[in-house]
Amino acid sequence: MTTTKETTSSVQAAPSVTHYLKTHVRDYGMLIALVVIMAMFEFLTDGTLMRPVNLTNLFLQNSYIIIMAIGMLLVIVAGHIDLSVGSVVGFIGALAAVMSVNYGLPTVVVVPVCLLVGLIIGGLQGYWIAYWKIPAFIVTLAGMLVFRGLTLALLEGQSVGPFPKSFQLLSTGFIPDVFGIGRPNVTALVLGILAASAIVFLAARSRAQSLKYGIQDEPFSFFLVKNALIAVAIIYLSYLLSTYRGLPNVLITMAVLIAIYTFVTNSTTIGRRIYALGGNVKAAKLSGINTERLTFLTFANMGMLAALAGLIFAARLNTATPKAGFAFELDVIAAVFIGGASMTGGVGKVIGAVIGAFIMGVMNNGMSILGIGIDWQQVIKGLVLLAAVVFDVYNKQKAR
Amino acid sequence: MENIILEMRGITKTFPGVKALDSVNLKVREGEIHALVGENGAGKSTLMKVLSGVYPYGSYDGDILFNNETARFSGITDSEEKGIIIIHQELALVPLLSIAENLFLGNENLDNGVINWPKTYARTLALLEKVGLKESPSTLLGQLGVGKQQLVEIAKALAKDVKLLILDEPTSALQENDSAKLLDLLLEFKAQGISSILITHKLNEISRVADSITVIRDGQSVSTLDCHAQAISEEDIIRDMVGRDMAHRYPTRDKASDDSHPGKMLMAVEAWNVWHPDALDRQIIHDISFHVRAGEVVGIAGLMGSGRTELAMSLFGQSYGKNIQGEVTLRGDIADLSTVPNAIKSGLAYVTEDRKELGLILEETIQINTTLANLNGVSSRGVIDENIERQVSEDYRKALNIRTPSVFQKVMNLSGGNQQKVVLSKWLYSQPDVLILDEPTRGIDVGAKFEIYSIINQLADDGKGVVMISSEMPELLGMCDRIYVMNEGRFVGELEQADASQEKIMSMIVKA
Repeated sequence: MTTTKETTSSVQAAPSVTHYLKTHVRDYGMLIALVVIMAMFEFLTDGTLMRPVNLTNLFLQNSYIIIMAIGMLLVIVAGHIDLSVGSVVGFIGALAAVMSVNYGLPTVVVVPVCLLVGLIIGGLQGYWIAYWKIPAFIVTLAGMLVFRGLTLALLEGQSVGPFPKSFQLLSTGFIPDVFGIGRPNVTALVLGILAASAIVFLAARSRAQSLKYGIQDEPFSFFLVKNALIAVAIIYLSYLLSTYRGLPNVLITMAVLIAIYTFVTNSTTIGRRIYALGGNVKAAKLSGINTERLTFLTFANMGMLAALAGLIFAARLNTATPKAGFAFELDVIAAVFIGGASMTGGVGKVIGAVIGAFIMGVMNNGMSILGIGIDWQQVIKGLVLLAAVVFDVYNKQKAR
Repeated sequence: MENIILEMRGITKTFPGVKALDSVNLKVREGEIHALVGENGAGKSTLMKVLSGVYPYGSYDGDILFNNETARFSGITDSEEKGIIIIHQELALVPLLSIAENLFLGNENLDNGVINWPKTYARTLALLEKVGLKESPSTLLGQLGVGKQQLVEIAKALAKDVKLLILDEPTSALQENDSAKLLDLLLEFKAQGISSILITHKLNEISRVADSITVIRDGQSVSTLDCHAQAISEEDIIRDMVGRDMAHRYPTRDKASDDSHPGKMLMAVEAWNVWHPDALDRQIIHDISFHVRAGEVVGIAGLMGSGRTELAMSLFGQSYGKNIQGEVTLRGDIADLSTVPNAIKSGLAYVTEDRKELGLILEETIQINTTLANLNGVSSRGVIDENIERQVSEDYRKALNIRTPSVFQKVMNLSGGNQQKVVLSKWLYSQPDVLILDEPTRGIDVGAKFEIYSIINQLADDGKGVVMISSEMPELLGMCDRIYVMNEGRFVGELEQADASQEKIMSMIVKA
């Protein structure tokens, strides 16, 4: 008996790479799409896309979208939506500007206060959604209007700036080179290599564990190639960045947030419960899950991340404008859906949302370099969103 | 001899794996009230769906003769055109539209494609008059009580020139006097030559209005009785409804080996009262008291709508109802069951009757569903240890014999029986003292049923208390040490296994 079982499990452990790819096309489809899109623009722009200065810009330009996409992923997995994040970005930027420019408060005060205000804004919206069962669409649509209005009121219709140097570092700062050479920035390269090693190490450990339980269906060759590619990509990117000014602070913030939220969604009870709540709220409730509190926390978290994005955006422009963050919510929501989250909740990954945000970002950047007008950019982005979701639905139906 | 308006001959309808109807015959004379009776799941509703074309011609075997013509309905519009109108248990009306709009929904009074409102209102008034409803045609339907809504539904049938009216348990949601009014209306229609088929569980209604009765059991028509030709006692009907073989369908439990059986008191419920969550003047559960001992399987018998699920869910963390009153003692201490987490902590588990809607997260794996009610058991400081989690779910998969290659299978891909075992796994892993199982074998095949029964017996042997709610009386008789009989939110009787029989339970229900 035991021997037959072992043989079956070892047979299961080594299916062909093509079969594996076919069955996991949903997991890797968007990553492949991102690589293809990058390669295409790299070719069309004659290598401008991957130039260190442009790459640095790409990260800086998209950091706030990515940070919000992480929070939005949780909201969407929980079965809701948040339309107010763009306005919150504007409002927090305005608040930061008033505090540091008009009142001269130091950055160490401004940043925590703004994050706290974001948390409260998210919490307030979450309160109505969670405990009063008012649809998130309506509550956050109201929030979108309210905070856009408050942004205008706070700034009295004017742009306020410039920010003090310390505040600007939020967005424009770079990790200094501890090795003191400067260019190429050795610290950036070292950090890149460390990050790559850490990712490969964690992947190998989790693979070893699942092999021990005989439940691994990823072919070894696929595992090797995948991790080698990821490691090479990270090290190559850090090399490219090191030849310019090194790693932007924002990139580190982003990486840390991605790591934290990936861990929370994959391995903690709170993450598990959010997926359960989005998958079947009634069943979750009857399983003893406090669905109201979780919904509330998801929105509070979204508010805080939107505030962080607002600070970074304001720091990047070095001024707070009444239009800041306008229509950001659409890019953020699109990124999450491109990344494979389900409209009905319960499905979606942090890394998917990040990839979705990068797809949008690379397209924005690439099309701008090519000189495509904002009109056609919108059209193309809309079609990509539709195509991504159709692709997802198609794969789901095929799987049935 | 009177005319036969409807004859259904040898109707057989099969669903994948189940024969829902097996050569059923039904004959309805013109201008009579024909009662159709049978237990839940006997096949009454399926038969009516065949008749009304919900299951189109060709999807069943047998013939339907309506007014001496062979009927081949391909949909509900075909049967309605011939004058066969069915009124379902759940009303098919739009609460936010007016009475007039509801009456002519899909059947509007049109002049060149535009609704003629004066004509609509005039016809509405005439129809309301016929059913004895004094309301303005522009009243929104949602503002009417259930009884009046039922009358609107009947008026809607009249608007379509009805020849044969089918009512599926029309009085189950009605108060006494509304029911009486409805039955009077049927008698009036009969005088006008409209035939009706009345599906009901209430034998007193049958003896009041029915001209003949067809009894259906296990998908077969057992008998047709003529109320005028012979005196029919309720006992006759009950015997026809329930009589079936029940040998060897239930695993035996060896109680002799356990001297202490039944064991110490696990759970006692005192004077439990629950009101409807929306209609606060409607009391759903009336003053119910019961208890469960260790190692005991206690049944709650009752028809659908008798309040069994509402009782269970109101106990389990007040998941149903408002203004809940009463006291629950678990293991001798007064238990706080105010929220689901508290109920779980107190040692209570509720396995829902609706596993897809309320029990499982279909998009997730067996592993994730298994640990959902006790995530603390597989985590420390909020971080889940997936290896322990996998081990736990694997253990339950083996113990409950869930047939699937791995615990990474999504539960949506499992059969009903295996899904039910996953729900059971989840609640077993929450380590309860008392499990309330609501229709634990609904919609699963015979073999899986036997396995579920074995699991229940094992639970009792392990000293747990089991409360089993079921519409299938043989199942309760085969499994339970004691059976409480429930009707209309009240416990109307209690029977020891030795004294219990389907006839006794049924007569407690219908005579209550």
